[in-house]
Amino acid sequence: MVDFRLSQNDTEILEQVRREGLAVRKHARYFDEHEEELPPEKFPEADAFPGVSERVNRRPAGDTPPATFQMLLGMARQWGDTLPLRQPPLALGNAALQAAGTPEQKQRWGATALSMAITEPGCGSDSKAIKTTARLDGEHWVINGEKIFVTTGIRAQGVVVWATVDAQRGRAGIKSFVVLKGTPGFEVTRKEKKLGIRASDTAALSFIDCRVPRDHLLGGDETVPRQGSGGFRGVMKTFNMTRPAVGAIGVGKARASLDFAEEALAGEGVAVDWERGRRARSTIEAKLVQMEADAEAASLTVLRAGWLADAGEENNVEASIAKAKGGEVSRTVPQGCIELLGAMGASREHLLEKWLRDGRITDIYEGTGQIQRLIIARAIFGYSSEELG
Amino acid sequence: MPQNARHRDVVYSARVISFALSDSQKVARDTVREFARRELRDRARPCDEESRCPDELLEKSWALGLAAACIPEAYGGGGVEGGHTTSAIVLEELGYGCASLGAAVAAPMLFVRPLVDFGTEEQKRDYLPLFTGDRYHAATLALHEPRFTFDPCALETTAERRGANRVLRGEKRLVPMGARASHFLVLARGERGPGLANLEAFILPRDAPGLRVHDEGDTTIGFQAMSWGRLTLDGVEAPPAWKLGGDSGIDGRRLIASLRVGGAALAVGLSRAVLDACVPYAKERVAFGQAIAKKQAIAFMIADMRIEVDAMRWLVWKAASELEERGDATRAAAIAQDYVGRKAMKIADDGIQVFGGHGFIRDFPLELWFRNARLLTVHEGPAAV
Repeated sequence: MVDFRLSQNDTEILEQVRREGLAVRKHARYFDEHEEELPPEKFPEADAFPGVSERVNRRPAGDTPPATFQMLLGMARQWGDTLPLRQPPLALGNAALQAAGTPEQKQRWGATALSMAITEPGCGSDSKAIKTTARLDGEHWVINGEKIFVTTGIRAQGVVVWATVDAQRGRAGIKSFVVLKGTPGFEVTRKEKKLGIRASDTAALSFIDCRVPRDHLLGGDETVPRQGSGGFRGVMKTFNMTRPAVGAIGVGKARASLDFAEEALAGEGVAVDWERGRRARSTIEAKLVQMEADAEAASLTVLRAGWLADAGEENNVEASIAKAKGGEVSRTVPQGCIELLGAMGASREHLLEKWLRDGRITDIYEGTGQIQRLIIARAIFGYSSEELG
Repeated sequence: MPQNARHRDVVYSARVISFALSDSQKVARDTVREFARRELRDRARPCDEESRCPDELLEKSWALGLAAACIPEAYGGGGVEGGHTTSAIVLEELGYGCASLGAAVAAPMLFVRPLVDFGTEEQKRDYLPLFTGDRYHAATLALHEPRFTFDPCALETTAERRGANRVLRGEKRLVPMGARASHFLVLARGERGPGLANLEAFILPRDAPGLRVHDEGDTTIGFQAMSWGRLTLDGVEAPPAWKLGGDSGIDGRRLIASLRVGGAALAVGLSRAVLDACVPYAKERVAFGQAIAKKQAIAFMIADMRIEVDAMRWLVWKAASELEERGDATRAAAIAQDYVGRKAMKIADDGIQVFGGHGFIRDFPLELWFRNARLLTVHEGPAAV
């Protein structure tokens, strides 16, 4: 049955996550202004909120299915702030490990925080153009190249790095390798300074004749097929769940901004009258209704992508729709809220301006909004990436 | 109902976020989709050109049982409880075939749904059986008034007391299927003043003294296939039996929400029609030696249509399911109306752009859908869920 309500238990869990978010907001400005510092593993307030994750793990089977609920959790967490009350123990590389690793690899590195290194100075969205190489030398892979924009590259204990084993073969030649910190030839060369999400560290990495054992190739398949994309498609599958999750980040930012703006305006006697017809609204009301609608629309596309995954159905297009909509509202809604609140809305007394800066990356990382539209359009037309690039 | 359908309904009866259609909803969707493909698509152009909706089409549509479904079994109907989401799903399919003819087919719901939701026992007994027979029966709802600043919260049609009766005065415009309706549900400003919660509704037979149904209906940029009625209420004296809901009246917030969602549902279908027309055209049409679908400027427009049709549909479903759960759907309906209104117009507009000159000539449906979208997204109640 089509239903958008939540069980009491799920409602309570999300409410607790939002309360945690409120608690972390008081630290948010400090780590925005002290980018050089890494936030602690957990803030003292975390002790006042025991066991959300245990409660999530103990949810009864009849409640909202797990992938859909992960989307709701993501929105609720981001509603608080980008800064987490507890640092998550794992990172994006761990998602790749789970999606593409052998059972033995999952066992070995399952508890090791792994970042993911794809982007290079010369390529971003066009990940098949990477220049980093991996060459088999006896029982070792020798990796050479430079990686940038590696999220949690400072904090993580290792990295899943994308490299080509055969540059002539394009996507089919691209493999990913686990490289742990301390491996000779692997260095963190830089910590980026950014517009927003400053509490999340972003690193540049360098690999110079970096040797890793042969079994560090993720998935273990050394063959380079003549046709098709080889392991590339498998690795890209990682993103079918992470794209809607990033969409959820955008929705959380939009929701937080709207709640702030609506509370601020209500304090000065301005509120939306939901009954009135579209032409009877004031300019401020019309803008608020529009942003509420945009945020809700994005939220539902994110839930839809999660729900399809729960139902065991293909969600490649819907994952991109969720990412595109979440990315869009992460830009338009915080911008629009400041537009409504005027110069005081842009003040650093409040977190709204920070949420605008934090949110701005949402339409860029994990595939820009334009890449999402390419993915959707290729699916609609039945085109390959060569036919529509 | 098949065994497994019942089982599935039980599984999903817990409160979970779900986009799953029940088996009966899938049947309703597929049946109406087929009807829209077979009966509405080819008629859309000639009916628009000739400003008419053929009786034989309305009669054929009656077999779908759209209006009868939500009428309780005690009055001879299908007895489907709620069913707002199903209505939204069905309206999308009708809008996909042709929003204008689809609205004509669905118009009796504008009268039936409020009767089912708010009618007194006596009113249900008197009027609902009109819609459970074998023939299409036209009745409708009169909401719009002739003002550029029209707002359902501030109607100018009044219903003053005269003894036990009420006297209606005002003008109603753009009344769906007004030309042949046997009854009009006329909305008037409540005694307690403006606001949706104060709205009152009166069941007026077409021949009520003081009610003038103009021979010349309204004509607009689009929706030519459906007749739009104009009413003048010049002191129509309504006995208490005509006041919908009797002393308890109606829940005007729910009624207007149902209309806003209904119009939005039609517009989702219209938008999906534009998308589905643009895809093959963009793959076939060659410019500068290449299908225009291979150019990002065109591909992105069509990707955006795909994105927004999804987003629009989920907003409509959410508002409809809130109506179904008897919650306050006012906000959800306003959101669906606002969002769908903006996006449907953009999609219809972009559809013409994808087709270029072919979008502008009347050999292709794009210009028709564009005109229909323009009216559909500013009318407050062309359909009800």
